Amino acid sequence: MSSVIGQEQVVDLATGTVRALNAALHEAAVPGRWVVRNPGGAHNVAVGIDGAHDVVVDGHAGYYCAGMNQHATVRVRGSAGVGVAENMMSGTVVVEGNASQSAGATARGGLLRIDGDASARCAISLKGADVVVRGSVGHLSAFMAQRGRLLVCGDAGDALGDSLYEAHLYVAGTVAGLGADCIEKEVCEEHLAEIEELLAAASITDMDPRAFRRYGSARELYAFKVDDAGSYR
Amino acid sequence: MSLPPVPTPEALARAGLRSSATFDPATIAEIQRAAREGVYAIRGGGAKRAVPHFDDLLLLGASVSRYPLEGYRERCDTDVVLGTRHAKTPIQLDIPITIAGMSFGALSATAKEALGRGASAAGTSTTTGDGGMTPEERESSKTLIYQLLPSRYGMNPDDLRRCDAIEIVVGQGAKPGGGGILMGQKMSDRVAAMRDLPPGVDQRSACRHPDWTGPDDLEIKIEELREITDWQKPIFVKIGATRTYYDVALAVKAGADVIVLDGMQGGTAATQDIFIEHVGIPILAAIPQAVEALEELGMHREVQLVVSGGIRNGADVAKALALGADAVSIGVAALVALGDNAPALEAEYEQLGSAAGYYDAWHEGRDPAGILTQDDALAARLDPELGGRRLANYLRATTLETQTLARACGKSHVHNLEPEDLVALTIEAAAMARVPLAGTNWIPGRD
Repeated sequence: MSSVIGQEQVVDLATGTVRALNAALHEAAVPGRWVVRNPGGAHNVAVGIDGAHDVVVDGHAGYYCAGMNQHATVRVRGSAGVGVAENMMSGTVVVEGNASQSAGATARGGLLRIDGDASARCAISLKGADVVVRGSVGHLSAFMAQRGRLLVCGDAGDALGDSLYEAHLYVAGTVAGLGADCIEKEVCEEHLAEIEELLAAASITDMDPRAFRRYGSARELYAFKVDDAGSYR
Repeated sequence: MSLPPVPTPEALARAGLRSSATFDPATIAEIQRAAREGVYAIRGGGAKRAVPHFDDLLLLGASVSRYPLEGYRERCDTDVVLGTRHAKTPIQLDIPITIAGMSFGALSATAKEALGRGASAAGTSTTTGDGGMTPEERESSKTLIYQLLPSRYGMNPDDLRRCDAIEIVVGQGAKPGGGGILMGQKMSDRVAAMRDLPPGVDQRSACRHPDWTGPDDLEIKIEELREITDWQKPIFVKIGATRTYYDVALAVKAGADVIVLDGMQGGTAATQDIFIEHVGIPILAAIPQAVEALEELGMHREVQLVVSGGIRNGADVAKALALGADAVSIGVAALVALGDNAPALEAEYEQLGSAAGYYDAWHEGRDPAGILTQDDALAARLDPELGGRRLANYLRATTLETQTLARACGKSHVHNLEPEDLVALTIEAAAMARVPLAGTNWIPGRD
């Protein structure tokens, strides 16, 4: 079920439970290194951590992996289900495979790095975190995103940044379509610096920061006006 | 702006003028307003139209066939425990009347504090809202329920651990299927900071949760919240009353400890008037559906049912409990108890184009009572200690009323009230509440 190997606490979900794993992570007095074997797509793996643990999930994770993370580094050596790192407060979450929809939903701080693609609604309602996607993101990504940054090295699906507030969006590839009140904006030096910072944080070295285009809120819908009604498609 | 003098209905009738039932004066005024402004009407409160309600039910006091309990002498307990199904730490309340979720943002910080003070003094819980948890309300509330809403404004795991129960809000009675609105006038710097939004924007929150859809996802979301809080906290699921039988069954299947059911009379701080008046069903019609679903699943009383939407007095509480609820929740009544729509403010309401008893422009942030505002000067008018005292008085009075009626029906605990204690005054209410029409054995829809 669980054992200590060297400096690592190993929890095998083939025999143990998610409850025991999370309880151990919550009760640990000092930050440590953890390996979760055979996650098998289990939901709610490593949620609610409040400490600078280093957690490796050795396989695919189900819904809400690393949800509401505080301070920990969680690395998924596979793909992650819906809502990975949802409402993350701080720390780092890395998905080496693909992420399902709503990755990084409402995340407030820290970094979510997805090495593959992310599905629909990536960074939905983002509230301050950084989300870096090496591949592409699906439709309605950054829907109602309020604060924080989303950087996409590949393409973005339809309705990017719909009803966007003040989050910063950067996409290197094509954008299938922009959502209501989302517009392309000029990339200035400060934005290049942001892109470089995000690429460095995600250890991405083969992308030219100048390849990215910037998208943000037109702020036309901040105060509802009847003549804007057509913008709500 | 003050209201122009209007001839009385009697004077108009004597002059041979008759208003249309279809195009009544309020309807005509609304058409004129829509033509002028080009946008829907927004207001606070719940449905104003007359719908079948608890007033359409009567309690059958004891007589020869039943004997009553002595008022003030024989015990009639009122305690309630919520969250017994899965939570390690259910919440224990002295009275079956709780304070519904109302946001800091919609309400001033002093109003939130007053709610906490009043609820705590009366031995019950209060609830956060679509704006996160303020330190004032946590401190002033002995038992605080923390809402998880689609917007997730202010949501954080520290407050999840700090609260006493978690309420997943799927919808509310005033606007089932709709999201929140907070107009720019109320988006102060503090409110904006708590919501991660620019000050002054017209905020429209999402109507769907960002990371789950449907009952199967909800089950996993509930489990996530339990895992984050180590299965300590009761998980409530709040729904607006619509397809109540199915929604309750699915929420129970998803793992809810408590169902919070809000009827169409339930208030909101701001929503389209058309939404408030035309979406959802009365709480009277919803409670029997919820109880039916719970009973079919063998979960009645194991999953507690909290109902709201137009609860005003102990008669409403007693009737709701008799229909099978474990507790009720109040919002508008609590605000009135704090001082909302007070006659002493008549002149100021008139200045706002309203009148005491009618003021519902809660979205504008100019509430002279200092409750539904983010204006510091207005908010300072509400003394949270005095407001809390008024609320506690109201809760105690309402509890005494409930006990009075329960004793009259021979009950030593308010939870012993049952449908058999009720009859209906109208065929509609009899059909909805599934109790006999008074003086008959007839329940419409039953053989």
